[in-house]
Amino acid sequence: MKIESREIDGAVVVALAGEVDLQHSPTIRKHLMELMFERRPVIVDLAAVVYIDSSGIASLVEAYQQARKNGTRFVLAAVSAPAMRVLQLARLDKVFALADTVEAGLKA
Amino acid sequence: MSRDTPSVEVVNLNTHYGDRHVLKNVSLAVMPGEIFVIMGGSGSGKTTLLNHLLGLLRPTSGTIRILGRDINTLSALERQDLRTRMGVAFQSGALFSSMSVGDNIALPLREHTALDETTIGIVTRLKLEVVSLAGFEDLMPSELSGGMIKRAAFARAIVMDPRLLFCDEPSAGLDPVVASSIDDLILRLRDAMGMSIIVVTHDLDSTFKIADRICVLDKGEVLALDTVEAIKNADNERIQNLLNRRTEEAEIDPDAYLRRLLGEKENHHDTADDKRNGL
Repeated sequence: MKIESREIDGAVVVALAGEVDLQHSPTIRKHLMELMFERRPVIVDLAAVVYIDSSGIASLVEAYQQARKNGTRFVLAAVSAPAMRVLQLARLDKVFALADTVEAGLKA
Repeated sequence: MSRDTPSVEVVNLNTHYGDRHVLKNVSLAVMPGEIFVIMGGSGSGKTTLLNHLLGLLRPTSGTIRILGRDINTLSALERQDLRTRMGVAFQSGALFSSMSVGDNIALPLREHTALDETTIGIVTRLKLEVVSLAGFEDLMPSELSGGMIKRAAFARAIVMDPRLLFCDEPSAGLDPVVASSIDDLILRLRDAMGMSIIVVTHDLDSTFKIADRICVLDKGEVLALDTVEAIKNADNERIQNLLNRRTEEAEIDPDAYLRRLLGEKENHHDTADDKRNGL
């Protein structure tokens, strides 16, 4: 798994790539929660995620809830088909703010 | 593991209960993402086969590879590691009666991962959402209906996101609507998570709804292993008897029958059961 962050227009774009599983989700959780602590707007780019397990989804859920409490933006962008299937399984596609592209997420 | 490597591969599996030859040269392979149904009547050997696949029994001969590993050559530690990548939804649910539903489902994560409690809590409740038991985590198993116990057992079986899921008689004892919802759940899990799912059942409606391929076991042998359509159209009389719920009158061997009634022991390997079954 790879995790890369870059700043665009004041927001932090966190790009995840590869397999997001039990081994890696604590790292993602820590990174996202630090951004939430700093009250940064976050766009999570899931375009290159080939697999995400429930612990990875749980990290996104926890960060999203914190963003809602903070009143800051938290968008899942360019969600890959495998990641979307997992979100849909638990109907989380109806819960998260989703954008087709990172650019659209930045404007959301 | 590549997508071409079978999730489960069984080659020439033989097993005995005492003198009784229970599984006879069973060979099969289950591919990643496949829903593979093992069906057969009572006493066909399907539960014995499942117990072998779970590593609970040692075969007389033959090999079993689970996720690419020969389970009978693994150390205890390797076997434990392999089991964390497998889920089992037991027929009875097998929930711990002294634990709440939530604690039952969270147990594998607490035992086998270093995830923090917040993540474990979210994953547990996510799985309860998936099996339509949202909000039931604080109930005890004794407070659940039969269908709810099955679904809670499913939630625990999938909590580690296994690559391989075993379901033993998932619809047994359930009304048709609840049974159908369990079938839908199995299909959704495969589609979303890409799991290989092995279902042991004698429920024909369920089998035809969910199976990619069916293995028909009969008297310990693989009678047929094919797609749903091919099995439905098979001209084998024993398959058709099973599909059409026709009973088969076993041919009587008078000698063996009398010996059984008189409680006399068999002295050779071919048991009375084998003779009775014409094998």
